[in-house]
Amino acid sequence: MSQAHSALAEQFRDLEQQREASSLGMWVFLVTEIMFFGGLFMVYTVARAMHPAGFAQASRHLDVTLGGTNTAVLICSSLTMALAVYASQVGRRRMLAGFLALTIALGCVFLVIKAIEYADKFHHHLVPGSAFSFAAPEARPAELFFSLYFAMTGLHALHMIIGVGVVAVLLVKAWRGRYTIEYHTPVEISGLYWHFVDIIWIFLFPLLYLIGLKR
Amino acid sequence: MPEHIVPPKIYLVICGILLVLTFVTWGVALIDLGPWNIVVALSIAFCKATLVALFFMHVRYSPRRTQLVVVAGIFWLGIMILLTMSDYLTRPWLTS
Repeated sequence: MSQAHSALAEQFRDLEQQREASSLGMWVFLVTEIMFFGGLFMVYTVARAMHPAGFAQASRHLDVTLGGTNTAVLICSSLTMALAVYASQVGRRRMLAGFLALTIALGCVFLVIKAIEYADKFHHHLVPGSAFSFAAPEARPAELFFSLYFAMTGLHALHMIIGVGVVAVLLVKAWRGRYTIEYHTPVEISGLYWHFVDIIWIFLFPLLYLIGLKR
Repeated sequence: MPEHIVPPKIYLVICGILLVLTFVTWGVALIDLGPWNIVVALSIAFCKATLVALFFMHVRYSPRRTQLVVVAGIFWLGIMILLTMSDYLTRPWLTS
């Protein structure tokens, strides 16, 4: 056998086996994340089944344009992340760094738009708590809706912040030439995480923003 | 299994489909379909999630055991939702 690659851990036969193990490990983690978010989706489903009218009314107070824009931003960030993985697979360092930087930029755009939305909710007294105000008789269901809105989008935004941090570390290492055609597993499994966070938003957008549009 | 390199063209096509589906789900939400609104919205979301998983996350090109883990995760989520809702949705039957 030829000289072992410096990134190869001793318990693995070769880099290919190591890559498959890493990928499987990331997927197992993502499955725990499915159950993590799944609990919140479950609560949402039950609460909405009990208060369909209140949820629809409350949902009308969300900005569909901003939410839709953020959906597009996240989908584009998934594209740039996928292209970053491609760049790492074909060993193009500058292209890899470029797409990672673009992914970070799009992730930040998402978070800024989210912050604008949150500020608007504070401004209009739609944040659950003593200052919450909503027209009777749907005030209680609406407060429940906004509790779930902040819990779900907040947890999602936390994942985005972690994701931006992870991709920033990748960017620094990629720039230093740490990833090659033979070894770029971190780029690949970080990509899995990034796309997963995108999938969560794909479900959050229709469930939170679009349920009150029809008349 | 050697690493599969997905051509960038496929990524662009998938991204285009995802953006179109976002507009479709937005448009459908404006039409009153009664109880079918949520069915259509979740079906489109599920299609989008499947496309992301299959192509962006390379599930289509992954080993069988990785695919099994993915499907098992969704299956267990299904068990949770199905059993919980079969409780909540049948509670009114007792009082009527």
